[in-house]
Order: sequence, then structure tokens, then C-alpha cells
Amino acid sequence: MSGAEKIAVRVTEITPVNDLITRFRFERTDGGPMPMFSGGAHTVVEMKDGDVTRLNPYSLMSDPMDQSAYTISVRRDDEGRGGSLFLHNKVAVGDEMVISYPVNLFPLDLRAKKHLFFAGGIGITPFLSQIKQMERTGGKWELHFAARNPGLAAYADTLTAQYPHHVHVYYDDDNQRIALESLLDGQPLGTHIYVCGPKGMIDWVRNTAADLGWPREAVHHEEFLAPKPGKPFEVKLAISNKVVQVGEHESLLEAIERAGVDAPYLCRGGACGQCETDVIDYDGTFIHRDHWLEEDEHASGKKIMPCVSRFEGKTLVLDR
Amino acid sequence: MSKFEFPPSIKSRPVWGTLEPRPGKHHLMIAEAEGAEAILEIATPDLMAKTHLIFIAKGTDYGPKLEALNPMQFRETPTYGSAVQRIERVLSDAAMGLQLYLTGTEGMMGQVMQAAVTAGIPHTAIQTEHRGSVARRMQCVHCKGITEDVEMDPFQCSHCGLNLFVRDHYSRRIAAYQGVCIDAEDPGNVPAPKGIYE
Repeated sequence: MSGAEKIAVRVTEITPVNDLITRFRFERTDGGPMPMFSGGAHTVVEMKDGDVTRLNPYSLMSDPMDQSAYTISVRRDDEGRGGSLFLHNKVAVGDEMVISYPVNLFPLDLRAKKHLFFAGGIGITPFLSQIKQMERTGGKWELHFAARNPGLAAYADTLTAQYPHHVHVYYDDDNQRIALESLLDGQPLGTHIYVCGPKGMIDWVRNTAADLGWPREAVHHEEFLAPKPGKPFEVKLAISNKVVQVGEHESLLEAIERAGVDAPYLCRGGACGQCETDVIDYDGTFIHRDHWLEEDEHASGKKIMPCVSRFEGKTLVLDR
Repeated sequence: MSKFEFPPSIKSRPVWGTLEPRPGKHHLMIAEAEGAEAILEIATPDLMAKTHLIFIAKGTDYGPKLEALNPMQFRETPTYGSAVQRIERVLSDAAMGLQLYLTGTEGMMGQVMQAAVTAGIPHTAIQTEHRGSVARRMQCVHCKGITEDVEMDPFQCSHCGLNLFVRDHYSRRIAAYQGVCIDAEDPGNVPAPKGIYE
């Protein structure tokens, strides 16, 4: 079976954080300890919603050294494909679920002399575990957290109360903006940037840093994409000798799995590269949405990331 | 002619590049001997106005030409050893966005890279261009002593006296190539030394 190893868990707490965000606590059904992880790691949560199985990645926000439970915070997306709505509306305390071992695509670079965190909205979650890791190891860090308003700035209160000198919060509704250029100017050598939030924010931070001469290797980002709905299309899986219809609200990866074909994956959000698949033949247009392949690979028509990318056209044959 | 085409080798061997101006508010250039020529090739008044240039002369006379580029700060030193303190001081005061340009021998570039990485610059973000001598900084894997400016292969370790074979195996941590005893099995059976690339 593909993906990281699985853990059977029970939901032991569900806590509303604000109008949109709810926190879930998972403990092992066998009572054993959870594996430790590193700050920035995520878990893939399996959601059995009728006939549909969804596997969505969520950043772990608990203390990486705390083996009693994992916690995640989920923002309700009323226009999404239903994963967050399922967690918000259908999961109850006591339910048994399956989650994956932690996978970290957004780790701290421990060679850094200082860690500069930029969070936008729900993008705060990976930093919650990273901050706990930093506090344990005595690392130097600073958080700049932008949210729409105080009601939607999850954990801003606890963070500012706990770390008043490290945490800076900005509210869009009050026209507060991170003074990015002056903030990046003069940061000591060895400072690393981490950004997690909406795509616009990630691009803004990365581009500003590049313009100021920051090396690429010192700027880290994480953005999980949810697969977007699109026109249904047909795919032929050459190795398994199967023809599969990909539905409007289904990802190519999900359709492959539904057909009983074991395809590799890890993050299911276009970031990790595990599901990279060779295209044998096609007649149509690719809708590439991942952050993994290079531009020339997207243009080549030879590769696709089935977790988030789609296809429109007559024929698509994959080496799977 | 200060450029040399190194033959392709194992993955461990550093690959040096060609300097190019990059965006950034502050620039630190360190040139050793013929490396001055690489600086002269990329220098523009704009770039030099933001540049601290350290020139390690090693007996060459490029100094006045470099100073005439009007760098923001210019310092000439006779050897790498006499430049180390200044380099470390500049790095410890530097901010992110600093662009680092190194040009000269492999030994100098390797040692400054090591200092720069310790100071917090990712090694892949440092620009380098080899110029001048192809002599190597070698570490004896047996006694761990460093012999500078090794031109012949095999050579005698300047510390323990073993006859060492010049490997392409490089240590970024030590900023030196590895030298391994060539006559361990059959003491005294040492091939005649020749130039490393001959």
C-alpha cells in the first residue's frame, strides 16, 4: 500500500477555535505512544464519507515531543471538495479514524542561526509545532502572522501572551501590513525564512527575498493544494490495463485508487513529488497545478502529478 | 592565461563557476592573485560602489588596477593568512542578502567557503571562479596535517613525511583534498612525482 505507514486513532477532543477553524485531537486506539515528529510535519487523514474516501494532509500543531496525541486545526472550506466539511460536520468525539505517520516537507533548517516565520491565516499551523521545537532546543525565532481580523487569527492570543517579544500579528481589516522589505533588510547572516499561507503571500515573500539577494536555499515555503474540480476525463492505465473515468470532483490520483490500482503518494497536495507519473501518450491539454515539476517538464507532456493536476482532451495514457 | 579547464572527475570534486553580478545591497569580493582578472571582467561602477574588495596579492601587482575600480572598501593583503581576520570580521557583521564572490586558487576559495558557511551562507549561494595556480590544499588522511600548495603527485606530507597520493576526494568541512599513503603495502615503492594534471 502506498503512502506513509498508517496509525489507527480515536478522536478524543473536538474544539472550535473560531468561526471557521476547529481543532481535532487524535489518540491511538491501542493506547500506545504516537511517533515523535519534527516541527512542520503533516499527517494525511483518511475520511470515509459514504462511497468516497478522501485523504487530506493537515499540519501537525502539537508539540513534536508529545507522544500522547496529535492535534490538527482545520479551516472549514464551504467551497472545497468536502474534506474539511466532513471533519467539521460528520466527525464526533469517540470516532475511530486512520491517519498516516508524520511526513515533513517543511522542516526547519537547523543550520540556520535565526528562523523568521511568516504565516497567513490557517498557515499558522505548521509554525505551532515548529515554535514548540524551537523553544525546546533554544533556537532563535520570530513570527509574523497576518490574518483577516482578530476573530479569524487562530492562536494569535495564546501566542502573543506566551511569546510577546517573538510574535507580531497583523490584521487585514485594520489595513495592517507586514513591512516586509524593511523587515528583511539587515537580518543577520544565517537567517532563514519560512512562509506558509495563501499563494499570494508565499509569492510575495519569496520574490521580495530574491530581489534583496537572499539565497533560494534560505527561503522555505509550504502550500498544500487541494485538487480542484474540473471536467471529467478518461485515463488509460497501461501497466494495469484499465480504463478509468475521472469524475468532476475527483482527482486523477483518487480515480486511479478507486480503480484498485496502488499508486505512490505522500502529501496529496502537489508538493512532495512522490506521485510523479510518466505519460505514455496523450491528445489534449494538461492542467498542471503542482509545485513539484519544473516548467519545462510541465511543457514536455511527459509527466503529470495526479494528486492535483488534471487533463482535458481525448486520450491520456499513463505508465501506471 | 589564468584559466584552467579541470578534467571531469568524481562527484566529490568541487566544480568552480564563472562570476556574474547578482542583485543585492552588499557585495563581498575576495580575489587572490590572478583572480583579480575575474573581478576586472565583471566590475561596473554601480556594482563596485556596493562592494568590499579584499585582494590577496601573493606577489602579483594587480592591486592598483583593482583599487582604480573604486570599490566601496578596498584592502590588499600579501597572503591568505593575513586576510583571514578581516574576512571573518566582515562575515560576522554581514546581513542576509550579502553576495559573496571568490576567485583564485582552490585552497583560498575552499577556506573562505568554509568560513562563509559557518557564518550562515548556504554553500550553493556562494559564487566562485578558479584563476591562477592549480596547486591544491591537501590533508594527510593519516596524520591529519594540511600541506598547502601541492603541485606534484605523489608528494610527501609536510607533517608526518608519508608519501601521499593526491585524490580528487574533497572535504568541504576541512576545505582540502585527501592525500592517501601510496606505498603502504610496499614501503619505498613510490612512483616518480609528476604534475597533478599531467
